[in-house]
Amino acid sequence: MRRRAPQGTQAVQRALALLRSFTPETPEHRLSKLAAAHGLHPSTAHRLLGVLEAEGLIGRSPDSQAYRWLPRPAGAGAGPSIHHNGLRPLEPLRTPFHRRTAALCESNAWRDWSGYACVETYEPTPEREYWAVRNAAGLIDVSPLFKYEITGADAERLLDRLMTRDFSKSRTGRVMYTSWCNEEGHLLQDGNVQRLAGERFLVSAAEPCLRWFEDCGWSMDVEVRDVSEEVGVLALQGPRSRAVAEAATTGVDFGAMRYFDLATGEVGSGTGGAPVTVSRTGYTGDLGYEFWVAAEHAEALWDALVEAGQDHGLLPAGLLALDMVRVEAGLVLIDVDYVSASHAEIEVLKVTPAEAGLAFTVKLDKQADFVGRRALELERDRGPAWAMVGLEVDWFELERLWSEIDLRPQVVGQPASREPTPVFAPGGWQVGQCTTRFFSPLLKKYIGLATVHADAAALGTELDVEVAVGYGRRRARAQVVRRPFFNPLRKTMVDPMPGVDG
Amino acid sequence: MTVELTEVAGTGSGTPSRGSGRFDAIVVGAGHNGLVAAAYLARAGLDVVVLESSPEIGGATRSEEAFPGFRFSVFSYLVSLLRPEVIHELDLVRHGLFLVPTASTLNPLPGGDCLFREADPQRTYRHVARHSRRDAEALFEYKLEMRRMGHLMYRLQRAAPDELAAAIGDRVAESAERLDVEVSAEVADIARYFLDLPAAQLRSFVQMLTMSSADFLGQWFESDVLKAALSSSSIIGSMLSPRTPGSAYVLLHHYMGEIDGIYREWGFQKGGTGAVAATIARAAQSHGAEIRTQSPVARVLARDGRAAGVVLANGDEVRAGVVMSSAAPQISLGRLLDPEDVPGGAGAGLVERAARWQSGGCAGKVNLAISGLPRFECMPEPGPHLSGGITIAPGLDYVDRAYDDAKYGGFSERPFIDMIIPSVLDPDMAPPGKHVLSCFVQYAPYELAAGPWDDARREAFGDAVVRVLAEYAPGIEDQILHRQVLVPPDIEAIAGIPGGNIFHGELRLSQLFLLRPDPAAAAFRTPLPGYYLCGSSTQFGGGISGGPARLAALRALDDLRTAATAAGGAAEMP
Repeated sequence: MRRRAPQGTQAVQRALALLRSFTPETPEHRLSKLAAAHGLHPSTAHRLLGVLEAEGLIGRSPDSQAYRWLPRPAGAGAGPSIHHNGLRPLEPLRTPFHRRTAALCESNAWRDWSGYACVETYEPTPEREYWAVRNAAGLIDVSPLFKYEITGADAERLLDRLMTRDFSKSRTGRVMYTSWCNEEGHLLQDGNVQRLAGERFLVSAAEPCLRWFEDCGWSMDVEVRDVSEEVGVLALQGPRSRAVAEAATTGVDFGAMRYFDLATGEVGSGTGGAPVTVSRTGYTGDLGYEFWVAAEHAEALWDALVEAGQDHGLLPAGLLALDMVRVEAGLVLIDVDYVSASHAEIEVLKVTPAEAGLAFTVKLDKQADFVGRRALELERDRGPAWAMVGLEVDWFELERLWSEIDLRPQVVGQPASREPTPVFAPGGWQVGQCTTRFFSPLLKKYIGLATVHADAAALGTELDVEVAVGYGRRRARAQVVRRPFFNPLRKTMVDPMPGVDG
Repeated sequence: MTVELTEVAGTGSGTPSRGSGRFDAIVVGAGHNGLVAAAYLARAGLDVVVLESSPEIGGATRSEEAFPGFRFSVFSYLVSLLRPEVIHELDLVRHGLFLVPTASTLNPLPGGDCLFREADPQRTYRHVARHSRRDAEALFEYKLEMRRMGHLMYRLQRAAPDELAAAIGDRVAESAERLDVEVSAEVADIARYFLDLPAAQLRSFVQMLTMSSADFLGQWFESDVLKAALSSSSIIGSMLSPRTPGSAYVLLHHYMGEIDGIYREWGFQKGGTGAVAATIARAAQSHGAEIRTQSPVARVLARDGRAAGVVLANGDEVRAGVVMSSAAPQISLGRLLDPEDVPGGAGAGLVERAARWQSGGCAGKVNLAISGLPRFECMPEPGPHLSGGITIAPGLDYVDRAYDDAKYGGFSERPFIDMIIPSVLDPDMAPPGKHVLSCFVQYAPYELAAGPWDDARREAFGDAVVRVLAEYAPGIEDQILHRQVLVPPDIEAIAGIPGGNIFHGELRLSQLFLLRPDPAAAAFRTPLPGYYLCGSSTQFGGGISGGPARLAALRALDDLRTAATAAGGAAEMP
């Protein structure tokens, strides 16, 4: 039997009861129903909910029609301070989608990405998220990318000087994937450049590079602005992503968007939604779009995409799933598959774009002088020393190795490994290193990205890679194969339709 | 695992020695370098005695329970330069080496702001980006370049400077014969490495030998806050402002420090730095070395143009064919060595040059026992910042002004302070809930213009330190239970370092490599055969490194082997 509340505490009890009805399982309530459920007059409920909202204990749904559960701030009720709860000059970095991703992150598996806490997997294992990207649609928060807005009369000139691609050919409404190098032709980074207007570009990069861009534009009429924390980015990737994107936004002609096109529209199904920029890009090798939105509209964008995705099998996907699909797509990752020349402690770690598999981004025939041109011309004449290759170990080889310890191959279900392992000439010396690898459940092969001596890089070359077989390390026979490992038609086709890839 | 210093002093003949003795080798001074030299000599099978003038070993590497329950590292306070080869060859971990890393640096700033640098590069990027995004990016590349420079120094300092010069000379002008030095394959390798450096690194190296740290850092950074924070390492132990040419070298000297191969890591020895000395002493004793405290040496004994032992202050003679001094040159070359004993009249000028040696002290130490953790205005709550270094150097002007005071013979009214809280790193250092705060303070010149360092001036200096601390950690003045203030004359008196210079002489180009500490005694050998130098004033320089002593001992052992071979007798040397 409930004790009768002492005088004056009734409001507190009612407020707490209201608060308790907001849970991750039942996150949203409309005022009228909630008031009725608690036997309160709507105006009383409204007053109490208003206080809870003002105190940051609950929020509003995107359309403001309902109140919404909020994850508890970290450390609340965590007990006495021991060591890490001390005030620090830095607030923990949160992407603009953090409240949404945190509410869904059942596994509590987080990974640091440029100082942001990012979801590794929402569920304890990444399988469903991985398959969602390949079979339906996955929604990935990639906001920690560094973003630089480059504006001014010389914006194009600066990019043409910085980048190995030919920016005299860049057009408003297009995105260019490019490399940039130091004066020795060594790769600093790779990334996408959006041309938002004639004199306005947005560069996305994995590592900070404001100083480099500013210094290279020293004498130019150009401004470089770090907008990393102002812009949230969501990647919507997978065969159903067009349908989801169309339902979640207004004003974008998705049927007309080509691969690497850029468009602007509004969030939501009606007009008046938050402005959003859409690029048909991604890091998955699949049909997909990336949404660039001002941080204050980030949650509205997330909610619109999640709601639209409910009919299409959309799942939020974490970084483990992203890592798997990007290997299938054959896409290199800075600091995993190559070391930026600005981070390389010794010379041998530095690579040219060609050596990192990015030769296609180097346009030596372009008009403008660009940083690293002379060195890259020399490299063209003598040939790169290293090559980035795709390696594939077939099923029978895996069976052979595991049969030695009387097991079926134990390869599925493991996330992509980032620990570099040696690559050998068959039965011979080391010729390079395999920097990322995993068993693709889609392709049913063990695949990896490796940097090897240029003379061991021809398609069909046989090489040995080290694989863990139980506690042992065995050499598995691998073949150099074409990248990407997985390359569906829908990735690039105009007006992509479901089912095009069979 | 508290390491008790007295154990060591007790197991050696802690009592003053009476009567003569005969040994293979004598080491003068039981600071960390003297002990390292003794350990290496004893490890090679020599019968070794260490003669220490004071009642306790350790020199400037010393801890004491200055107030009941509170242990202070009296002078030196962190370990980074201790050479891995010394750690491993002397098996120091088995003998008690226990280094707790200090992972961060906090620079409190006026107005409750701060610059915090943590182990995680992403977080450090963000901390620095609050002051300058450009600098946050540049810091990555700066650290990379400094690691390369530190690695270069590490390689250069692994060799005796004459061998190195010969090897480089060999490559440059085929002049090795002129220097009459045999070049080992390892040194030749170092020379090759040096000469093949990329141009950009050679440029950085020359800059570091000649520039001021403010100018050097100014090439990289725009924010005064970061430049001041990084310049701290360029003035530690040196009567230099960050704006004095040559201070960039001191920066480099500190980048040579490493822990387990990672440059620029610092560690706190459990029990305080005195435990490092105790550890090395145990290693030396495990090889049979004898350590005698309260045994001041008056002079080196020479017979037939060779060192033959020493004469103690009480007149006793101790005989040995090898004498090695870890003391500063004013003592080793200026007081212990009679120039007339040097064969061929080669000793002339040694005394005079030793007197000109630049080694004025510039730093004081204020050790505080406090009733609770300090609450820094910028980060008042307990947190990881309290287990790292905390430096009061809010701007280059601030540090330069602190230097100005000292330039004109005063102590800094608003000093530069480099702090750690040892009791956070090692709870054994203070009673539960209470703490010790170690403040390394600059500038405090050896000689004050106003008159001698008496108690009143010492306390006034201590008050200046507490006043500055209270600006950044309000209320700390009420937390202080005990205070120990030490100034250069105290370092001189207790650790036996003339002038109280913690490096036994300024680390400047004019006092490095073949000039350290004297052109005639730069390669650990002195002009008196059999008499060697092994202290911080030789190649490698200051800091708890053991580097000079190791190289000196190896050189002496090499000479013994050569002599034994030349004598044709059965080699006595193992």
